[in-house]
Amino acid sequence: MPISRRDILKSLTMTAVTGSVLRVIPLEAAEYAHHMVKAEKAAQSNVYTPKFFPAHAYKTLQSLCQTIIPSDDEAKGAIEAGAPEFIDLLTSENKDYQVSLGGGLMWLDNTCLDRYDKLYLDCTPGQQKEILDLIAYRKNAKQDPSLGQGIEFFSFLRKMTADGFFTSEIGIAYLGYVGNTYVSEFPGCPPVPGE
Amino acid sequence: MQVRRTPKTYDVCIIGSGAAGGTAAKVLTEGGLTVALLEAGPPVVPARDYKEHVWPYDLPHRGAGVGGKARQGLDDEFLAPNGAWEIEGEPYVSAPGSKFRWFRSRIVGGRTNHWGRIALRMAPVDFKVRSHDGMGDDWPISYDDVAPYYDKVEAYIGVFGTKENIPSAPDGIFQPPPKPRCTETIIKKACDKLSILCIPSRLAILTKPLNGRPACHYCAQCGRGCITASNFSSSQVMIPPAEKTGHLAMITGAMARELIVGKDGKVVAVSYIDKASREERRIHARAFIVAASACESARLLLNSRSTLFPDGLANSSGVVGRNLMDTVGSDGGGYFPQLEKMPAHNHDGVGGMHMYLPWWKFDRKNDFLRGYHTEFGGGRGMPGVGDYDELCDAHEGYGASLKRECKKKYGTYIGFAGRGEMIPNEHCYCEIDPNMVDQWGIPVLRFHWKWSDNELKMARDMQETYREIVETAGGVYMPPTQLGPDHPYGIADGGVIIHEVGTVRMGERPATSALNGYCQAHDVKNLFVTDGASFVTNADKNPTLTIMALTWRASDYLLDQAKKGNL
Repeated sequence: MPISRRDILKSLTMTAVTGSVLRVIPLEAAEYAHHMVKAEKAAQSNVYTPKFFPAHAYKTLQSLCQTIIPSDDEAKGAIEAGAPEFIDLLTSENKDYQVSLGGGLMWLDNTCLDRYDKLYLDCTPGQQKEILDLIAYRKNAKQDPSLGQGIEFFSFLRKMTADGFFTSEIGIAYLGYVGNTYVSEFPGCPPVPGE
Repeated sequence: MQVRRTPKTYDVCIIGSGAAGGTAAKVLTEGGLTVALLEAGPPVVPARDYKEHVWPYDLPHRGAGVGGKARQGLDDEFLAPNGAWEIEGEPYVSAPGSKFRWFRSRIVGGRTNHWGRIALRMAPVDFKVRSHDGMGDDWPISYDDVAPYYDKVEAYIGVFGTKENIPSAPDGIFQPPPKPRCTETIIKKACDKLSILCIPSRLAILTKPLNGRPACHYCAQCGRGCITASNFSSSQVMIPPAEKTGHLAMITGAMARELIVGKDGKVVAVSYIDKASREERRIHARAFIVAASACESARLLLNSRSTLFPDGLANSSGVVGRNLMDTVGSDGGGYFPQLEKMPAHNHDGVGGMHMYLPWWKFDRKNDFLRGYHTEFGGGRGMPGVGDYDELCDAHEGYGASLKRECKKKYGTYIGFAGRGEMIPNEHCYCEIDPNMVDQWGIPVLRFHWKWSDNELKMARDMQETYREIVETAGGVYMPPTQLGPDHPYGIADGGVIIHEVGTVRMGERPATSALNGYCQAHDVKNLFVTDGASFVTNADKNPTLTIMALTWRASDYLLDQAKKGNL
């Protein structure tokens, strides 16, 4: 059964920690560090300045993230979950990602220019869907090997977008993860339906 | 370079502060001896170093680390500072045709800061394998010699479990286990049908307060380091009481280079590099306990050559570096559709499995020798980076259907990890590389490795068993991702399970072993090696509990010798 953080602090300070020679630090200290991270984040400006992707590429990245995990009735999507910021930060620190994601976005624009005479963002929704439907499935490379690089790029971006979404507050709530808390006794398994 | 000598002579100098070194420091200082404890890494500071209860979204990299390195399986940024497969400036070499990976922790507490807390006793038969099946060698000591020390260690560190009377998994002194998670109840049912043993696991995590340490609060984050010290680590549980005695001098950032021998053939000092100043220093002591981890301890002995000991210290038998063993590891898993219907609930529990499968086929003839246990886990854990890679590849596409699929499949996987006994063979050993030194000028290790047929048959049995369990439980079996000619039956590369032992083994005969049953060198009476290096065999029991029991026993022996004036 869940107990409050206050209960934990109280019980810890009253009994366990007092007099212990062991290297036990009060929960307050850990909580403090935890809140500092949050406060620093909150203090940051809401407008994110990309560290790696140029403005146009970043807009394309945002659009793709939104398409991969969109907002719907149940939960907001990858944009609101901060996936583009997460991807940009990691890419700014990783030369391999710079090639695969930076180059992949260029590939997408190049391919759209060839096919539709427009950059991806300028394409109609129908054209965008058409090209994404081609690079979203490995089997398409069998019919058209020229899609191979695009498929590889999209496969990686899909994973990164999923990472960005499902590690966000929105994504974790959407999955229904319950935990990361203090309980005095582990409750065990509720009945499994149908078992 | 200037060589500084510390004039003080300690009673004992311990090299390494992990499971073995920490235990020795506690027992010896509480016994009244003065101890210098050398650790190659920095101190660990829970308030600074532990990220318990932090959400992924509290960190800019969401746990992926700088440049997303956690996606490559390196250094998840949530984990307690724990070591690495590769350490900059401290290389090691695999001989051509050999693949061995070496995980090293350079930090106070060593690998106990992150270990799985799985605390299993070796069984009586595990000490006498040669008498039982003719392969390998017997230990010079028996279960009855070690059992009192298993008792002491368990009572002090706190281990949960249940009395089961299973010959392959001796009972210990246990706190009550936590209740099973849903994943565990499902597997338990299937195992019952298959007559496979599935019992509460035995982990060094408190379910009741002990010695000022509060009980677990069930956040499942043991690997991040525990701010309440409710799980066991040497840094939080062994070293603080040693420091409290006032007899302990902790020397961090100290990379042991060589043990210096006097004219009488005893060790008089350890020469080490102070990493901060890059200067050579020495610690003098009357006795030495080498506890630097199996391969690091072998390296130190092999690098300690002198006219008295031209092949390295305590190595007249030539066994130092030989008989290198790891654990046989092979993984499998399954998708369980019935878990899709589970309502959201707290599935965290302790940081590890609540139930496990001890070796159950000890009463019949199998097509391989020895046995394995099985660890398993899964379910509705805290989401993390990389968790959706396989699902993304399987589903492909994008949009609402991908999003819904991820939610539907969340918490429906259970993974199995077989952990089996390897029989030592002549192809597995480490030696000093003839050409390379590390950044401290210390010659590095070169590894040789080859699995034998017995291990491959064991890995195959693991795969067959996990498929059977998954299918009996109504799941869909998923073979290990690591298959193919390099990894038959999904067997992990040598070293990957991080259970390397055996490189300075004990034995009755000085001709075929380096240590006696008290971990004392046959050749050098004031030298002890008490870490996994001392093992004769590598039973399917994770080595840490036995390392601590052997160390405690060796330390008691050393205290007794000191009382008799033999130090």
